[in-house]
Amino acid sequence: MNAASIRMNRRDLGLAAVTLALLVAVSVRFPAFAQPANLLEVFDDTSILILLALGQMSVLLTRAVDLSVASNVAFTGICVALFNQAFPDMSVAVIVIMALAIGGVLGLLNGVLVWLLEMPSIVVTLGTMAIYRGLTFVLSKGAWVTSNEMSAAFQNAIHVRLLGFTVLSWLAVLAVAAAYFMLRFTSFGRRFYLAGGNPAAAAYVGVSVGKAQFAAFTLSGVIAGLCGYLWVARFAVAYTDVALGFELQVIAACVIGGVSIAGGIGTVAGVLIGCLFLGIIKNALPLIGVSPFWQMAVSGVVITLAVVLNARREHSGGRQILEAQRT
Amino acid sequence: MSAPPNSVSAPPAAPAPRTFKLAWARWEYLLTIAIGAVFTANAMRSPYFLDPWTLSDATFNFTEKALVALPMALLIIAKEIDLSVPAIIALCSVAMGLAAEAGQPIPVLITIGLCTGVVAGALNGALITLFRVPSIVATIGTMSLFRGVAYGVLGDRVLKNYPPEFAYFGQGYIAGPISFELVLFMVGVLGCAALLHYTVVGRRIYAIGANPVAAQFSGVRVDRYRFLLFVATGLASGIAAILVTSRLASTRPSIAQGWELEIISMVILGGVSVAGGRGTIAGVALAAVLLGLVTFGLGLANVPGIVMSIFVGALLILVVAIPAIARKLAARR
Repeated sequence: MNAASIRMNRRDLGLAAVTLALLVAVSVRFPAFAQPANLLEVFDDTSILILLALGQMSVLLTRAVDLSVASNVAFTGICVALFNQAFPDMSVAVIVIMALAIGGVLGLLNGVLVWLLEMPSIVVTLGTMAIYRGLTFVLSKGAWVTSNEMSAAFQNAIHVRLLGFTVLSWLAVLAVAAAYFMLRFTSFGRRFYLAGGNPAAAAYVGVSVGKAQFAAFTLSGVIAGLCGYLWVARFAVAYTDVALGFELQVIAACVIGGVSIAGGIGTVAGVLIGCLFLGIIKNALPLIGVSPFWQMAVSGVVITLAVVLNARREHSGGRQILEAQRT
Repeated sequence: MSAPPNSVSAPPAAPAPRTFKLAWARWEYLLTIAIGAVFTANAMRSPYFLDPWTLSDATFNFTEKALVALPMALLIIAKEIDLSVPAIIALCSVAMGLAAEAGQPIPVLITIGLCTGVVAGALNGALITLFRVPSIVATIGTMSLFRGVAYGVLGDRVLKNYPPEFAYFGQGYIAGPISFELVLFMVGVLGCAALLHYTVVGRRIYAIGANPVAAQFSGVRVDRYRFLLFVATGLASGIAAILVTSRLASTRPSIAQGWELEIISMVILGGVSVAGGRGTIAGVALAAVLLGLVTFGLGLANVPGIVMSIFVGALLILVVAIPAIARKLAARR
């Protein structure tokens, strides 16, 4: 690995500068915000977004989109919460494996439809978004699982601190490192870029676009499943509307981070900064005194502006081949 | 390697060019049969279903959403999409509610509702044509923006100071059990069908969806069409906002939440390809009626709304999956 390969590109640097400026601006007005303890808390609060955004990024890279992640979080969350309620003595390891498996199956279903039936991913995941959310209601019968119905181990596991970071934060850090390694250095990860960047070329060199999309959807599902457990444990409540609409935040974080909705373009560093950008705004708004009702509008304005400034243009459909191309 | 490698742009049903007309006629034929089947099932399920007033009630299940689905169909045929429509409806409803609270007369309320829709649609259109943001990304952003403003302005309040005559739009009847909403829906269907199938504008919408670059090179002002289609969708959302606000006689910021699922389902179920360039208004109208009857029937069976969305979601997937499976089997033979 040479120095050039770890240098961030200009777009990521620009976004990092804006995010840092935002952090400084908030900290000047509210010095408490910049306290290490608070920054760790903000990172902890953003960890689930980071995890989900990395999964979504894989899907977006293959020129697809996963609208069902938030419903997957809710369904898996209610599953593990009900399981924990029924068997409070089961270890957290079992819960985590269960969450990964359930989420993986939900993601796999999306992947199968997109891969084998060549269905448009927006149709598939709009459908499964409604189905998974509906099943969450059916499974929970509309009831809540509250913190006193969950075991202490179930809730506390993610709050354990190692070297200052919580387990939840460490998971996000590890996921960023793993995603960086996978998308940059493994043929498995490079395939995502190839499949989305130029599907025709991918097919000619023997990379199946469908299989890459299948893998990306399954990965996104596994991560969403894990986040189902993390979400329920962190907020100590499980009900039908868990993470309702969160898929929009996840996609917004990716797009702000410079991932192209048309596939093939995006960096892990960009996505990480995109998530931190949204996370800082989310945590700063109450501090500035914006009423909870206006917070959605403010983040809507910010997301729209950021998207306009940072969205990748769609692949231009036409290309002149008769004249010499400019280099 | 017979199948196109880019599965995203693979249309759900790809009839051979020569049987193009025939294949689509068959799809609408299937929809009609499905409507008949659901209708019969509902009639057998409840003895009250065939009462003209019950049937009239059933139409309220789809008229408002279908009015948005019609321009949405044009938009999807032109290879764009608008996920922000329910949020536009909420914004229009809040704007009208505030005007009603200030004691404005009905014509002013209507104007404010429609204008809010047009402005919101124009904002979407501007983001997409001026700033070149992909429509799905732009409308995800404006979705949280519009809904957020609705929540911000209203907070936990409910607006319901509407003049009594305002109830006509969502609750009034033109003749017997024929509601104002139903007539408006039929006018919308005829208008959109005429526009799409019998005018040069419609042909150009197909051309844009089939191949935007080729359309551009053929002299179609692609961006102007895109912009106007987003404005039209915004306007239709304004109309839907008037109807739903009038029917509920109140405005909450969560009004029309989640409608994008049913609206887009109507369009896809109607045989419109998300890859653009394909679909008919007749199909969308039939799909709207079908979806309305299905949800009404589930309502008769006391199925809660969120469980209904499981059916709608499954229907959305099946309707694209079944032709895809059939195509796969045909290709194997």
